[in-house]
This record gives sequence, structure tokens and C-alpha cells, in this order.
Amino acid sequence: MEDKKVEIEVKNLNFYYGKDLALKNISMKVYHNKVTALIGPSGCGKTTFLRCLNRMHDLYVGNRYEGEIIFEGKNILDKNIDLIELRSKIGMVFQKPTPFPMSIFDNVAYGLKLKEIKGSELKDRVEAALKDAALWDEVKDRLKESAFSLSGGQQQRLCIARAIAVEPKVLLFDEPTSALDPISTAKIEDLIVELKKKITIVIVTHNMQQAARTSDYTAFMYLGELIEVGPTEKIFTNPDKKLTEDYITGRFG
Amino acid sequence: MEKVVLYRRKLISKVMLFLSFIAAIYGLFWLFWILGTLFLSGFKHLTLSLFIEDPGPPGIEEGGLRHAFIGHAIITFIASVIGVPIGIFSGIYYSEYGRDSKFFKVLRNITDVMVSTPSIIMGAVMYALLVVPFKHFNALAGCLALAMLMVPVISKTTEEMLKLVPFTLREAAYALGAFKWQLIKDVVLRSAKIGILTGVLLGMARISGETAPLLFTAFNNHYLSFDVFKPMASLTVTIFDYAMSPYEFWHNQAWAASFCLALFVLILSIFAKTLVHSNFGWVKIFKRKKGQRN
Repeated sequence: MEDKKVEIEVKNLNFYYGKDLALKNISMKVYHNKVTALIGPSGCGKTTFLRCLNRMHDLYVGNRYEGEIIFEGKNILDKNIDLIELRSKIGMVFQKPTPFPMSIFDNVAYGLKLKEIKGSELKDRVEAALKDAALWDEVKDRLKESAFSLSGGQQQRLCIARAIAVEPKVLLFDEPTSALDPISTAKIEDLIVELKKKITIVIVTHNMQQAARTSDYTAFMYLGELIEVGPTEKIFTNPDKKLTEDYITGRFG
Repeated sequence: MEKVVLYRRKLISKVMLFLSFIAAIYGLFWLFWILGTLFLSGFKHLTLSLFIEDPGPPGIEEGGLRHAFIGHAIITFIASVIGVPIGIFSGIYYSEYGRDSKFFKVLRNITDVMVSTPSIIMGAVMYALLVVPFKHFNALAGCLALAMLMVPVISKTTEEMLKLVPFTLREAAYALGAFKWQLIKDVVLRSAKIGILTGVLLGMARISGETAPLLFTAFNNHYLSFDVFKPMASLTVTIFDYAMSPYEFWHNQAWAASFCLALFVLILSIFAKTLVHSNFGWVKIFKRKKGQRN
């Protein structure tokens, strides 16, 4: 585990919503091209933690970070960090599908167009992203149609395609399957496993089986604290902490 | 005992239902009376010359109201050109930039109050600002008075419609590296465009029936005029003048003009409401015809 390349290193992270301390002294590493799952009961801070990694909290007034998150050799909590650049390197997929009110093609092209990519390169990269998101075969004949004409699962894969089109280093998933049926869920899970060949992934999930199926590392959080982090197999079969074991075995949560 | 309680609840429910029914009937009765009278007295006086001829001399039974129709269109158009962008942009500001600022909370409340400002006040303000200094009535002052009446309506609807756009949609655009204005333009406005259009139509419906703000500003003109720095005729003020006149012929023309104006506002409102109630979906309906899913 120590010889793996570290993508993101979190050091003594505290996070405040106004005056409320939501994350307490979190330190962990996210490894390059691996899937890291964040699990824990509702309100434990896993989504809050995820949203620190691309500074999503900055959109709202009164939020405050302490500590360090090192990415590409820089502390991304630094005031001088260019958030636009950061977010194009660390993308995000949300709980509910968030297709934009435009065509399927334009949805995937959106992030690329922001970078002023045009013409055949734009077309090629949209196609590549849709293929990587395992959606190409279903939509290749209807790229001009509204994104709302897709099913929920397809919309979510469209959002994944949109996120990977800008070729981020890291992709954050915030409970990406909680609004989907089992078949769509299975497709997204397969996709996540496939995507880690190219991208580092952090996924928040309520579904323990999902964490076990998709992730290489698992972090268990409780009441704003990181209780335990390690290889998924170890966390699920032989955790160090009693609390982790209780949660995994369903004794609370 | 239980049966008595049940019976009483049933009775109360029926009485309340009956009272609401009566109240609704009361409101509708007057509405239909007004619309009915307008139709009966107005429709039969609609003639071609009403639209294509300027008025004749008082007391002579010839001529039309072309000058007022055209003046009304000019005034409404200029008012909209001024009022619509200000309304939309201020709505965008309230919803997207000023959400957490105390100053804008105060400003927003003032906008709420302005939605129901008596229109004659706006007319008086513009009279003081734009008529008195120039020493004569002018159409532009009327346009501005109407624009100012329109702004809060459009601003409010725009703000409400933008707030309906889920925040995760904005976050998704941010997560792709969009700047704030880019995401407002590409994602937020696009999601809310039907709602905003509705607000614009309602704003136009509101101002196209106003008389008071024009009385002190654009005043009236017995002749066709295109000069916005001079007095200009409008349908509403002309209806007011003609209704006060002693001539039967003018009364009839006022009825006909009222009918046209009411019809215009009615159509505008119905169109606006259909846009909203089709679940923002006339686009969707249109697409379904082309044989798509959903």
C-alpha cells in the first residue's frame, strides 16, 4: 500500500459550516487510479468531505477550511488556488442526474467548449467520452435530441461522460446510484471499475455492497471523524476498530 | 356519540365548501358581466375604419382610432424595450448574486412592494422628472413610467423562476470549470427561459392596460404622431377621453377600443398561463410530435 502513488493527501483537515465543526482533523491519502469509497451513517460528513476536495463549499457563504489538501504538489485550500482550473482537474458527479437543458452532444461538449475546443477535436472527444461512459451505442443516432429524453440511468452516465470529457485527474462521485434502479446501478458500478484505469475515483456511498464491489480502499467516517481507512478487503473482513465492525455488520447506521 | 361528531364534521365541510363556491361565483359573476358588456357593446362597433383611419372632427361621425392603436403600440414597445432587460437582469442579480446579501434582501422587499405600487404614483413621479423640466407632455415620460411599472413584475418572476432551477445544476456546471456568468447564461437561464418569457408577457399585459401613468406624461393627441418627445395618443387615455365626451359615436368607438384592449390582454395572459401550465413544456409537446420519447 505504501508504494502506491498518492494523488491527494489530506492533512489535519477541519471544516466549518459557519460555526459548526463538520469535519474533525481528517488525514488520509487517496491513491492514484484507485477507487476510494467513503462510507458511514447519514450526517457523518462523507459528502462534506468529498465536496472539500474540489472546493464546492466555496459556492456558499460562511464555510471555512483548516488544514491542508495536497494535490499536484500544491495545497488546494490555499487562497490563491484557481478554482476554475482545480475543478476542471477534479470533476464531480452528483446524487441525482444533472443533465443541462441542451442536446446530448452539447451536454458532453459543455466542459470542452468552456476550454474553447472546437470542430473535429470537439466531436472526437465527445465521442470518446460517451464511449468511455458506455453510452455511445445507445445515443450515437440521437446526439441532437434533448438530454431529458434519456432515462435516469442514461442521464447519469451522460453526466459521467460530461465529467470525463474534460479529462480530469480525479472524479468525485456523490452517491451516484442512489436515485437509480438496480440495473442502472450495476452499469454505473461497472463503469466506475472501468474508469479507474484512467482516473482516480472517490465515491461516497450508502450502499455497503457497492463500496465492497467497486472500491480498492474504504474510509469509514462517523460524526465528522475519520474512524478508519484501509484496503477495502481489510475494512470489510478484519477492521481494526470496533466501531467500524459494528457499522459494517449492520449493528447501527 | 361518534356518529354525532362525524355528522358535525361532514356538515362543517359542506357548509365551508358551499361558502367558497358562493365566493367564487360572486367573483366570476362580475368578471363575466364586465367581459359580457364589453363584448356586447364593443364587438358590434368594430369596423375596418376604426383601425385604418385617424379621428374626424368632434361631432362628425367618421374616422377611426388608428392614431391611438399605433401610439399605444409604440409606447408599449418602447416601455418593454426599456423594462424587460432591466427586469430580467435585476431578477438574475437577486437570484444569482445577491442571495446572501442583507442589502439585497432590503432591495428585494422594496421590489415586492413596487409590484403593487398604484400606477398613478409612477405617472406623478415621471411627471415631476420628465414633464415639468421640459414644460410639455411627452410620450417618452409615459414609456418610462410604464417601464418602471413593468420592472418589478418581470424581476420578481425571473427571480422566482431562477430559484426553481435546482442548485445541483449550477454545481454541475461549476464542477466542469465554468465561470459564474457562463453557467448562468448556458444552464440557469436556459432552464428557466419559458418561465421568464411568462413573466415578460405578464409584465406587458400589466402595462398595456394602464391609463393613469399616461395621463400626466404621454397625455393624448388627436393626430397620428411618431415623435416620442411630443404628446402621443394611447388607447387607454383615448378611451377615457372618448367615454367622457358628449358624442354617441365616440362612445361607441371607446367601447370597441376597450373590447380590443381587453381581448389583447386576455390573449396575452392566457398565452402566458398556458406556457406555465404546460409544465414548461410546449417545447416538450412540440418534440413529442416529432416522435421522441418522453
